[in-house]
Formats: sequence, structure tokens, C-alpha cells
Amino acid sequence: MSPPDSAYAVRGGPDTLWARGGPLLTTLDVELTERCDNRCVHCCINLPRQDRRARARELTTARLLAVLEEAAGLGALAVRFTGGEPLLRPDFAEIYVHARELGMRVVLFTNARGITEATASLLADIPPREPVEVTVYGMRRESYEAVTRAPGSYAQFRRGVDLLRAHAVPLVVKGTLLPETLAELDEFERWAAAISADGGQAGYVHYLDLRHRRDSPAADRRIATLRLTPEASLGVLAREGHLAAKLRADWLPQVAAPTDLLFTCGIGHRPCLDAYGVLQPCLSLRHPGATYDLAAGSLRDALGTVFPRLRSLRATGPDYLRRCARCFLAGVCEQCPAKSWAEHGTLDTPVDYLCEVTQAKARVIGWLAPGELPWEVVDWKERIA
Amino acid sequence: MSEALTGDGVYAPSDGVVAREIEGEVVIVPLKAGIGDLEDELYSLNETGRAVWRLLDGGRTLDGVVETLAAEYDAPRDEVERDVRGLLEELLRRGIARAVV
Repeated sequence: MSPPDSAYAVRGGPDTLWARGGPLLTTLDVELTERCDNRCVHCCINLPRQDRRARARELTTARLLAVLEEAAGLGALAVRFTGGEPLLRPDFAEIYVHARELGMRVVLFTNARGITEATASLLADIPPREPVEVTVYGMRRESYEAVTRAPGSYAQFRRGVDLLRAHAVPLVVKGTLLPETLAELDEFERWAAAISADGGQAGYVHYLDLRHRRDSPAADRRIATLRLTPEASLGVLAREGHLAAKLRADWLPQVAAPTDLLFTCGIGHRPCLDAYGVLQPCLSLRHPGATYDLAAGSLRDALGTVFPRLRSLRATGPDYLRRCARCFLAGVCEQCPAKSWAEHGTLDTPVDYLCEVTQAKARVIGWLAPGELPWEVVDWKERIA
Repeated sequence: MSEALTGDGVYAPSDGVVAREIEGEVVIVPLKAGIGDLEDELYSLNETGRAVWRLLDGGRTLDGVVETLAAEYDAPRDEVERDVRGLLEELLRRGIARAVV
């Protein structure tokens, strides 16, 4: 690489370019569809590929292009296309090229089943400038299709990955930790190291979300049974070694004084457009009181006026106030209003599973004694020092 | 590279990049494969760079760009020429600009 700066120009990422505070929007997530050609046992959002009602409600090509233009006008230099399976949209190529012609980098989340010769050629000729992110559900047909419940999906996924590689399209692969895949982690990581653009570091989805739209109690019950226990999750993390030191290093910058503020994540800076034109303050949060119908307004209004109001919301749920609002581990816990909504239908109810995971990690570091509850710890500043 | 630049040469942005003005900054994003070494980063022009970029319209000669800027900024011609050639060399090397004639 050449030196990064010259007398005339500087280089930087979309979040570091700005000398004067930056634009209102840097990255937009777009859920192109909730439909998917897989029927994954653990999925928090997918609808059947042939769901006509969902398809009829999806944004038109013209509307999607217009939203991308509005996002670009506000300063966005990156977009992430996700789903469902974004490649199910027949107009994917048009949407993708439009985003690139607006100067946006594109992150594409896909299961790779729909990667064709034409798609791979397009991604090679007009590169997304970010690695394509392929989610992997198993290293063998039996394990893969036990998760996807879609016959033939494994062969299509492998073909899609092969096409991306044949066209030298950078990609990274992500695994999901499920009972079917735990036995294949070593194999998966060796493969990821051989093909990934980021040096081979395999990423995982560790903690499964319940259905984001709260649309299937039966699916929620199934997903809950598939979640790794806190101990099993720690076992996966420990495979890399130095678990306590790594957790501590990751967590230290994030630990903050307990608060009853609901959103401590800077909510709304990275919004997500759902498949039907509703803007969410983030990828996961679909609580109707926290979203914004773009048909009735604008991205600017949502980002400049509506979403900032969320940042001052305070919890009122008694259990949350007793636990999370007094917990020194709240800043590192996976608990958030989106998870609370999916799990309980409120923004401020503790998610016990995530709480147990966080406590288990804190015990590994030595910040919690066995049986101790983090919201009862008074001397937390001394413990983390 | 400087030998390749001529005063009567005409230069323009490459077809393989997109330039956008955001918050007063010109940000250049590679669109097609094979544009210079801009694999990982965006490219943002400073004030001098922006002034030159604005005039790389595929119609003016390099000398014309220099004279326009020297008049606009009331600056010594040789100083402006050095800046314009410096930026243009860099843009050509990275594939961000191209010679039209």
C-alpha cells in the first residue's frame, strides 16, 4: 500500500473521515426481504421463500433506490444488505449497482445459495469493497441441512462459495453455534482460515435470539432449546486459550456505572430499513413504539428528531430496575431493549439467558464469586481495577 | 510520472470512481475493480484537492486549470502548478483520474 496521506488527500474509513462531526448517517442497514430459501431451525426472522403476502408488501425497486439516494444525500457511505436472504430479490443486481454508483460500500449478508455466475461476475467487476459475509450452517450435507431443513441447500451453498472464490470476490464466513455444528468447529475454522478475506478468523453467532417479530411461540420454544448453555458457550470461547484475559480486555472499556437509561448504545446511529419500509433504530429492534414508517416521513426526520428521543428513555420495569439498572455488568451484557422485546414484549424486562451468560463470564474473570449476584456488588470499581 | 503530464493535456475523473460531496468534503469511492490501490479506504480531498478536482472536467487543459486557480486564489502560478501537478500525478497513479487527450 502507498503512504496513506499526501499533501492533497487523506484516506480513512466512513467513520473517520470527518473533521467536523460527520454526517447524520454513515451506514444504513437494509433488510431486502424477510423471506429465505432456508428454513433454519434457529432463525429469528425468516419467512418462507414463497410467502406471497410478505412478497407483496416488500418495497418496490423504485422505492428502495429512492431510500438509498436519500441515505446517500445524508452522507451514508456504506450499506448492509441483509434479510431473510437478500439474493431472493430478483432486482438485487439493480439495487446493488445503484448503491455502488452512489459511492456506497456494500456489505452483503447471504447464505450463498443464490450466488450465480452472473452474481459473482457482478461482485468481481463492481466490487462491494467489503467482504461478502456468508453464513455457514454445517460442514457436511447432513449437518447443514439438519439446520436449514432445505434439501439441496448444502450443495448450492458450496457452489455459491466456489463461484465467489473463482471470481476472487473477498468473503468471510460466519458459523452458528448449534448442537449440529459443535462437533465441526475445528474443521470449520480450518476451512475459514483457508478462504476468508480477514485472515481466517471465524466468527460465530453465540447467543440465539428469539423471533424478532414475536410471530411464532412454537419457533421461540424450539430456539430456546437450541441455545448453548453458558458453560458450553464458555467452552467454545476457551478453545482459543487465555479466556479470562481476553474477556477482561474486551470488557474493561465497556464497563460503566449502572443506569436506568434504556439505551446506552447510542441507539439510532445505525438504523435498519425493514423489508416493508419501516425504519428501525437498529437491526434488531422492532418494537412498534421505537420504529418509524418512512412512508410518512423521511430518513432525516427519523435520524434527526425521532430516534434521538429514544436515548433519554428510562426503564420502568420493576425487575429491570432491581437488576439491570443496578448491575455493573450491564454494559457488557447482551441484554438490550431489542432482546427484551423479542423475549418478553417489553423494552425493559431482563433476559435471564443473557444474564446467566454474562454472570458465567464474570466468574471466569474473577469479578463475581460463585453464587454472587452482580447487581448486589457494591465494590465493583475495585474489582475491575 | 511527472514527465507524462503536459500543459496542454486534458484530464478528467476516471469512469471507475464515484465522487461525492458530503459535509463540505469531496469523498472519492472506487466503483470498479482495479482502481489504483484503493482497496480498503475512501479518499477525501483537502481544500487544494477539492479546488483542483472541481476543474478536472475533461474540457480544460492542465495549463487552463493552473491559470484558473492562480487567478481565483491570487496565488503565484508556479506554486499553483506544483500543487496541481502533484495531485494529478497521484490521481493518475491511483486510477482516480485519466488523461482525456
